Amino acid sequence: MSTTAIPAGTKWWSGGKSPFNASYGKVMMWYFLMSDAFTFGAFLISYGTIRFSVNHWADPNEVFNAFPLAGHANLPLAFVSLMTFILIFSSVTMVLAVHEGHKMNRKGVEKYMILTILGGFAFLGCQAWEWTHLLTGEHISLLNDGTLGALPTTVKANPWGTELSNQAMLVALQKTPHEQLVTIASGLHHAGGEAHNISALSNAELISQITASGLHATNQGPIAFGGYFFGITGFHGFHVFSGVIINIVMYIKTKLGHFDQRGHYEMIEKAGLYWHFVDLVWVFVFLCFYLI
Amino acid sequence: MSQHTISPEISFASEHAGDTKHIWKTFWLLSLLTVLELGLGLAIYNIHKGEHPSAMLVLFFKGVVCILTIAKAYYIVSVFMHLGSEVRNMIMTIVVPLCLFIWFIIAFLWDGNSWKTMRNTDGGSRPNIEKVAPAAKEKGAKD
Repeated sequence: MSTTAIPAGTKWWSGGKSPFNASYGKVMMWYFLMSDAFTFGAFLISYGTIRFSVNHWADPNEVFNAFPLAGHANLPLAFVSLMTFILIFSSVTMVLAVHEGHKMNRKGVEKYMILTILGGFAFLGCQAWEWTHLLTGEHISLLNDGTLGALPTTVKANPWGTELSNQAMLVALQKTPHEQLVTIASGLHHAGGEAHNISALSNAELISQITASGLHATNQGPIAFGGYFFGITGFHGFHVFSGVIINIVMYIKTKLGHFDQRGHYEMIEKAGLYWHFVDLVWVFVFLCFYLI
Repeated sequence: MSQHTISPEISFASEHAGDTKHIWKTFWLLSLLTVLELGLGLAIYNIHKGEHPSAMLVLFFKGVVCILTIAKAYYIVSVFMHLGSEVRNMIMTIVVPLCLFIWFIIAFLWDGNSWKTMRNTDGGSRPNIEKVAPAAKEKGAKD
């Protein structure tokens, strides 16, 4: 912990010194982060407003239960905890870089900046995988035209509504055209590992296969889900990306010895403030989208 | 110490501890809080899966997770961002404006809840409004 020996009774507001005892750049970085906190706060609170205003919202444990290379295994919270730990750890390496900067140890700063940058890339990679998984993973839902079909999670579609009753599912299946039935049935076989020439079957045979499989179809959920999820995690991901760029610039400047010439490593501290803020926002995104 | 040369605004330079013990302590604390949150998240998941999910228990667990998140935010800001080591004036210029969030959260969640109440008590004239998106309606009209 850094300590500051300040004489008791220091008159901060009587002029001649900064009442914040911090450089202009650092104070302005804090004010920027405060305004950014309000931007993220407004996004998350409007998400909360919409979520409070509807009767049913997607259960995060159902939506985010996949893990790379784990196939269809049901692993709620697993992948997002990995992402959280990556970001916490890259926050630690960032503090360690700032710490080495205080000691004017250029090699140490370089080492920890590299680790922080790698952590940032790892997080972005995880997010890319998760987005791809949601945007391409289709679930059987009641479509707007009353038929049953496969829907991905996008800003325009949300298959995570309430469960469709067996009765409603039968009604919808009767209206569903042949190609959609084939898609649904082949999805069942994909999971079961059984392969047939499905498209040759008649509609009635397909429907009986589908109903016999105990398929869980859903109503569509509030369309706002995808928009909020991709909008907020995207805005956060963009912050991570720009943080990585800033960290790379800081690494290059360290390598070129700019901070040694200047006599201090305060730029690393300011970049660090931004990087920790990104971690801080993730703590709240994690809370709002995955935990509650 | 070289810190004196950073900028003229810094009247009293801070002396930094030589070891990194407090950084790792904070890391383990944050990890512990995250593991607790994950445990509660899984508990909520299992309650939902159960026969008779208790809404009160779920709400209680969610409240605890929110408090743990605020604790994590406190440690990140205070230790990792060094705000806890700044002078009081600096801390206040950041923390006081953030108090707006207290009104912000209460007012807007209240508003959302009031929309839900209206939706559910509208004499059935707007059934299942959350299921029908404007875009989908237009598309349906064209088909």
